Amino acid sequence: MTKYTEDDLKKELETKEYEYGFYTDIESDTFPVGLNEDVVRAISLKKEEPEWMTEWRLEAFRYWLQMEEPNWANVHYEKPNFQNISYYSAPNKKAKYDSIDEVDPELLDTFKRLGISLDEQKKLAGVAVDIVMDSVSVATTFQKTLAERGIIFCSISEAIRKHPELVRKYLGTVVPQRDNFYAALNSAVFSDGSFCYIPKGVRCPMELSTYFRINQGGTGQFERTLLIADEGSYVSYLEGCTAPSRDENQLHAAVVELIAMDDAEIKYSTVQNWYPGDKNGKGGVFNFVTKRGLCENRAKISWTQVETGSAVTWKYPSCVLKGDNSIGEFYSIAVTNHFQQADTGTKMIHIGKNTRSTIISKGISAGKSQNSYRGLVKILPNADNARNFSQCDSLLMGNSCGAHTFPYIEAKNKTAQIEHEATTSKIGEDQIFYCNQRGIETEKAIALIVNGFGKEVLNKLPMEFAVEAQKLLEISLEGSVG
Amino acid sequence: MLKIKDLYAGFDGKDILQGIDLEVKAGEVHAIMGPNGSGKSTLAAVIAGKDEYEVTRGYITFENEDISELDPEERAHKGIFLSFQYPVEIPGVSVTNFIKTAINETRKAKKQADMPAAEMLKMIKEKADMLEIDRKFLSRSLNEGFSGGEKKRNEIFQMAMLEPKLAILDETDSGLDIDALKVVANGVNKLKSEDNAIVVITHYQRLLDYIVPDFVHVLMNGKIVKSGTKELAYELEEKGYDWIKEELV
Repeated sequence: MTKYTEDDLKKELETKEYEYGFYTDIESDTFPVGLNEDVVRAISLKKEEPEWMTEWRLEAFRYWLQMEEPNWANVHYEKPNFQNISYYSAPNKKAKYDSIDEVDPELLDTFKRLGISLDEQKKLAGVAVDIVMDSVSVATTFQKTLAERGIIFCSISEAIRKHPELVRKYLGTVVPQRDNFYAALNSAVFSDGSFCYIPKGVRCPMELSTYFRINQGGTGQFERTLLIADEGSYVSYLEGCTAPSRDENQLHAAVVELIAMDDAEIKYSTVQNWYPGDKNGKGGVFNFVTKRGLCENRAKISWTQVETGSAVTWKYPSCVLKGDNSIGEFYSIAVTNHFQQADTGTKMIHIGKNTRSTIISKGISAGKSQNSYRGLVKILPNADNARNFSQCDSLLMGNSCGAHTFPYIEAKNKTAQIEHEATTSKIGEDQIFYCNQRGIETEKAIALIVNGFGKEVLNKLPMEFAVEAQKLLEISLEGSVG
Repeated sequence: MLKIKDLYAGFDGKDILQGIDLEVKAGEVHAIMGPNGSGKSTLAAVIAGKDEYEVTRGYITFENEDISELDPEERAHKGIFLSFQYPVEIPGVSVTNFIKTAINETRKAKKQADMPAAEMLKMIKEKADMLEIDRKFLSRSLNEGFSGGEKKRNEIFQMAMLEPKLAILDETDSGLDIDALKVVANGVNKLKSEDNAIVVITHYQRLLDYIVPDFVHVLMNGKIVKSGTKELAYELEEKGYDWIKEELV
């Protein structure tokens, strides 16, 4: 995979500004700003949802009204005005397309510039793509291959209409409506997202992939993902984001729920590259995400994330290890540059016996950014022989950035074994000089050192994502040295 | 190949090198000896172009081109190689990946395409065998947890891969036991040719038994105070440096 860093990255390096900072002009069907019960009802109506769904949203909205924004994270920003956001925006031609020719050419061009042309994707190693352009899914591929195995992979809106029994049974079971401020908001107004169901004993034959993209100025983005892996099944899911440049801050509050039933395994990988704001800290996406997975007996959930974007990130993909012998993993690289702030980590809740969890977190801070790891390892009284290993490494570049580690441990069972390792290092001038002396210029040297630092996590990513992730690391750290 | 004329250099406004004159021609091996703090490593770093050092007077030319203003990587691209006294660790970057990047960056600077993978692998195998380097070693993180000997051997391995015109070996013998020293010296000798030159910086005569110099220079207080042939190294080994100091008075 390092092969790509050699030539491709050189090209990337020539562009100093945020590469995906363009704006597609597609007529949009956008709600006026503001939020109240009528807006919630209107969203539900727009999406032709059944009554129970409307009620569920309203219930969430009422919880939300009574909640306050969390302020314990190590991030500082101007709180969004929730009455100044439009809660629904859909690309105008929202019919489902039978063939790619029917898709708005401008939209296709957008995908091309993002490097995810559908034509190419189709030919590529079996990646099914469910693209969320603003709020409505506009293209879904490989539907047929998946259907033959009984796999459902569609937008959550479609799932609500076509598979209400599954959605109704599982939605909000891992992240309840009132879990936290942003989860409640998402539950009330979620626009679209992905739904996936893998039947018993089925091994999903391809990586399922979703690209998210904020496209409409001033539009909040509230994705909702529900992924259910039935007994003994396996799925690897990829989620990647790029967003166009915007001067005003954009709010992104997603909820992802994973359910791994007995003996099931879910691998969930994310590359997050929302617009981080410019080098003076102006603009950028606020990314307040709730991601959580539930493991039944002998089930396994792996979260892998590469976080390079967003002005403010608040994100803790977690595992509830409810079943005996279940396994939770969290592998993370978080890069912050300029004025970016990230407060990210995980929660591993050990409930079942012989549960195991692994946390590998790599934070890279440059510029004037602040990068925090926040993690909780909780061992409940019945979780005999629970084990956790955590490793949190921070890499600093320059003298104006910050790296922070907030590990919380709560062990209520004496048989628990918990290990925590942490390191902080700085890219040294000696390292750079050493690389220079071997003919490697400074930017390339930094990319090499950073990729080496994040290697344990990058290795966990599926191949095509690992390449993209390496590029992102390099782009994100551009201009971070003298 | 390398010409240094009246060179003054140092940092924080203080010159450590105080008027160095040195000429190294292709095919020659020069040894630079001297007591601690005489400026040997500074000289190596200044030739390689380390940022923190400032040249205040004089110049360095390489193949008749003034390189005083070039970045270290540009000097490397021209064929200057420094074997570090204290090689740095780069966690997570394998020896193979590192050398591959170095070679291809150098080729890119010369507007050449990347070295084909098969060719690269063949070359790695050849050079590793020559230096008796275990293949497993090549997939380890660069210098991380390496013994002193492994670090030095890795430096010479990189030299073998990069095939520089001028190699400066800064205290390559320190940290090596006698067997490792022989392997490393043997490697260096195999790399020696009519077209390249080697500057060996060392405290002790020991290494010079294996890498035989054409010229020996004594560096003291930032100046080359005495030059001679390899016999001078034996004399230094026997008598130390004091007699030269006395001579100078």
